[in-house]
Amino acid sequence: MSESQQTENTEEGTEIELGMLPLDAWHRAQGGRMVGFAGYHMPIQYEGIMAEHLWTRAHAGLFDVSHMGQLSFTGEDVDAALEAVIPASIASLATGRQRYSMLLDEEGGILDDLMVARRPDDIYMVVNGATKYDDIGWLLEHLPDEVTINLMDEQALLALQGPEAVTALSRLIPGVEALYFMQCGGFDWNGHSLWISRSGYTGEDGFEISLPAEAAEAFADTLCAMEEVKPIGLGARDSLRLEAGLPLYGHDLTPATDPVEAGLSFAIGPKRRKDGGFIGAERVLEYLADARGMSRVGLLVEGRLPAREGAAIYDENPHPIGNVTSGGFSPTLQRPIAMGYIDAALSEPGTPLEIEVRGKRIAATVASMPFVPHTYHRQPAAPKGGSQ
Amino acid sequence: MSRYFSEDHEWIEVDGDIATVGITDYAQEQLGDIVFVELPEEGKTFEKGDDAAVVESVKAASDVYAPVSGEVVEANGALEDDPALVNSDAEDEGWFFKLRLSAPDELKSLMTESAYAKFVEGL
Repeated sequence: MSESQQTENTEEGTEIELGMLPLDAWHRAQGGRMVGFAGYHMPIQYEGIMAEHLWTRAHAGLFDVSHMGQLSFTGEDVDAALEAVIPASIASLATGRQRYSMLLDEEGGILDDLMVARRPDDIYMVVNGATKYDDIGWLLEHLPDEVTINLMDEQALLALQGPEAVTALSRLIPGVEALYFMQCGGFDWNGHSLWISRSGYTGEDGFEISLPAEAAEAFADTLCAMEEVKPIGLGARDSLRLEAGLPLYGHDLTPATDPVEAGLSFAIGPKRRKDGGFIGAERVLEYLADARGMSRVGLLVEGRLPAREGAAIYDENPHPIGNVTSGGFSPTLQRPIAMGYIDAALSEPGTPLEIEVRGKRIAATVASMPFVPHTYHRQPAAPKGGSQ
Repeated sequence: MSRYFSEDHEWIEVDGDIATVGITDYAQEQLGDIVFVELPEEGKTFEKGDDAAVVESVKAASDVYAPVSGEVVEANGALEDDPALVNSDAEDEGWFFKLRLSAPDELKSLMTESAYAKFVEGL
């Protein structure tokens, strides 16, 4: 109840000065309650997490995610250079296409998760806010001098998410409706250049919009003047992504977890699996063939008491089989849900388990994720074997 | 009857040797949407400052401390079915538990309503 307004306590217990994002004053004017997050003052909520969450699932929510790191990569052989460090297929990434990927250490541990896209003149990457400076240091260390990395800290990043996001955004920027999930492109608004992808972190259809910081306030005002759109804070962002089964870096993904046990093998394409050649490949290819034994699963928790990060998970035996890594109350399902790592042998959906919360055992069931279905606007699959 | 307030944002309504304890409207507003309240069992005894209850909001779990010493004589069963009562009516229907005071002198260290209002203003 006493979140600091000026500083944020780090895990080491030292206080750091918080930075201000381009929309700082705008959030305060909207009634946002500001907290320290990823080194910045950020809005945890406006009218309330529950209401904001449900609004996003029914209409459109505007999220400020300008704390995230927007990186631009240019230079000779940038594709090959990036493929030598990250497990994404970059050479086969067409202009206007985006992929989910990760930074991995030599042991296959996850250092960060990210989105990578090809733009006409560069490779564009979005990494987590709390890890962005470490990521840049790591990338500088591993990429050749020919590749230039630019942290685009003059850019804001907004996300518009929800079933009415396309209606609202296409009213402002005609053409965005033609994008499919994980497609992206350059657009213009009032003379400002915007880079927009159809993607997000809520499980809903929606967009992520990179725009110059000086245009962010007018853009946010214009969107929020529409009946479909309300500003949404970090609290609902977390409950939305949890319902969508999307892992949160630093909690569900850490250097101690690998992509296979984290359920992120989809991010390593067939060619990368066959040829390796990225940092951590030796281990990851080994885990793909023979997993390490833990598995990230969803958990439906009985009753109303939320099981949160750190809670031990048990089967009928006395020793824990794993831990909750994220947990909370699902506003959509009106019940507690959680995500955690357990012994893979027990990861079949429907398996009854118990979670210990403050000394009490609560019944829980392994559930397939997402908890709430994704509603991404995917490109229809090309018809197979059609006539000429 | 008189009502007292603690720096931990609890209200304490005293009637004879029974104190009804809840969290203030300011506290519920800070916590946000409350989804679960873990209440103490009848017969449990607390020293002032002991962990007495836990409030779970969508975002986090927060401890509620016993503002005075005593024995639990009743917990508010209505919160089991409708924890959001704490949001809608924190200082009345959303009460947490009743204590039989074992050290009534402790009430002297609590704030009056006007002193608490000033305290909150200064936060």
